[in-house]
Amino acid sequence: MSRFLKICAVAGALTLLGGHAVQAKGFGLGREALPEEIAAWDIDVRPDGQGLPEGKGSVKEGEEIYLERCASCHGEFGEGAGRWPVLAGGDGSLKSEHPEKTIGSFWPYLSTVFDYVHRAMPFGNAQSLTPDETYAIVAFLLNMNNLVKEDFVLSRENFTSVKLPNQGGFYMDDRETAEKHFWSKEPCMKNCKPKVEVVGRARVLDVTPEDNKKGPRVD
Amino acid sequence: MNEKTTLPGAGRRRFLQAAGLTLAAAGAGLTQARAGQPDPAITEVQDWARYLGDGVAVRAYGKPSEFEKHVIRRDVEWLTASRESSVSFTPLHELDGIITPNGLCFERHHAGIAEIDPSKHRLMVNGLVQKPLVFTMDDIRRFPRENRVYFLECAANSGMEWRGAQLNGCQFTHGMIHNVMYTGVPLKYILEEAGLKTNAKWIMPEGADASAMTRSIPIEKAMQDCLIAFAMNGEALRPEQGYPLRIVVPGWEGNMWVKWLRRIEVGDEPWHTREETSKYTDLLTDGRSRRFTWIMDAKSVVTNPSPQAPLKFKGHNVISGLAWSGRGTIKRVDVSLDGGRNWTTARIDGPVLPMSATRFYLDFEWRGEELMIQSRAMDETGYVQPTKDELRKVRGVNSIYHNNGIQTWLVRANGETENVEVS
Repeated sequence: MSRFLKICAVAGALTLLGGHAVQAKGFGLGREALPEEIAAWDIDVRPDGQGLPEGKGSVKEGEEIYLERCASCHGEFGEGAGRWPVLAGGDGSLKSEHPEKTIGSFWPYLSTVFDYVHRAMPFGNAQSLTPDETYAIVAFLLNMNNLVKEDFVLSRENFTSVKLPNQGGFYMDDRETAEKHFWSKEPCMKNCKPKVEVVGRARVLDVTPEDNKKGPRVD
Repeated sequence: MNEKTTLPGAGRRRFLQAAGLTLAAAGAGLTQARAGQPDPAITEVQDWARYLGDGVAVRAYGKPSEFEKHVIRRDVEWLTASRESSVSFTPLHELDGIITPNGLCFERHHAGIAEIDPSKHRLMVNGLVQKPLVFTMDDIRRFPRENRVYFLECAANSGMEWRGAQLNGCQFTHGMIHNVMYTGVPLKYILEEAGLKTNAKWIMPEGADASAMTRSIPIEKAMQDCLIAFAMNGEALRPEQGYPLRIVVPGWEGNMWVKWLRRIEVGDEPWHTREETSKYTDLLTDGRSRRFTWIMDAKSVVTNPSPQAPLKFKGHNVISGLAWSGRGTIKRVDVSLDGGRNWTTARIDGPVLPMSATRFYLDFEWRGEELMIQSRAMDETGYVQPTKDELRKVRGVNSIYHNNGIQTWLVRANGETENVEVS
């Protein structure tokens, strides 16, 4: 058999195996992740506390770190400088015309605060906070939202005992039942409404981008 | 969206500039010859018809014509605190067909564009697996790969329009979408390589950028059609789109399509990360919020005419637009010229693929009358794109995300086109 034909024969045999036949045995790709490697990247924390590192931090320690590394964007009182996120306040505002979605008023789980601060803050210097510093900042954010007292110390041990007020304010996507009427029969094609009037115009607001133009904040 | 108080002065002139023409010229055509006179574009020898142009490989990586310089992504400065955590918008009104060119795909970054050396990029799979694994980019490219076209829409697309017409241009009202052919490895293969434990119910992709973006995705979706993509439209992912690796989550909100993908954790419960609690949850009028609103409902928009691309000529014209659904294929698109009183079924042209943008056209004669142009998409599940008022009736105006209401463009007698809301 010529070399060319041999190659063809091998290629044919491989083709016959098919994707799924090979896949059942695995492809033999990748290597086992080492514990140190997993530890370096796997820093996520769940609401049940899974993933929390050893450590603790007080409101007082947190205030110091916060004022130094967070307040320039988030404001001394978590009020948000300029357009940066507001972290405190907004209690009872969720039904209002202008809801203020803060840690205290909106966020369902404290683990999210720890996880996010630890992985992504401060903005521009991510993953520079130690676990203790993160516990301290989270403790201070709780205090800022009037959820713990000034002498509070947050730790891995007491972490899951802290509940955020709006934990019960969320429910699973129910569009397929609550909005079932959008799966309508045949939609109307002719004379669907008696008359049509313009009731709102973008030009009145005039916030379409232009150089040096400022406008309202959108979440 | 709030604080509508500090609104600066009128922008009509700017609007006209943005539209790229002065409407005095509408109906005439700027470079057209005077009636009966020979057209100098024909009778005079143009430079490009006489002299030599650039040779091959002078443009080693080709760019669009210099006359297309206005076709760019744009941002809305007042929207966000910094450009590193912001969004730019696809110029939909300048595009046709269904594929978005790579350089025009809208951007959404949370910590700027990560510039990753692929030789230093790793994908880790850990958590509830038999054997936690690490892959190099070379490893990823040795898995069987597939090519699939999908739209990616930010859940906040049209989010500025909940309280009423706000931005003049479909780039800004609808430009947080792009539609691309991805090449990648079915996530199923990668998860099976590590071996799922029986209690594996969720996965969490994580980005390698400074935001280390994370989202929880149910295992059924991960095994069904998610891809680990390394190419878009035939070439490597652009850095803005997650080079060298991103997860593709067909039909589901763009925030879940984690870019610069470095890790996938497998777990038995969702993680309730920042992006699926404080953001990307939909606040309703009773003060409670829907969470895990992953699917993007059927939606459409007329891209031409639109405020940045007004009608220029009376007589024959083409209305063009895009429709898409996170639940499957687009079955039909209707267009109204009178604000939703009467509808005509549009002509769909080009591929009709599940969870991909679909192009539609309506050829029509314009006599200079005022038009209120709308489009209405229907998908294969029978979902009919609702009006904005129908949506508000269920959701109020504070949910930010998932605004798929019917858009209205008001075309005036001079061709000028504006974003309006109608009764």
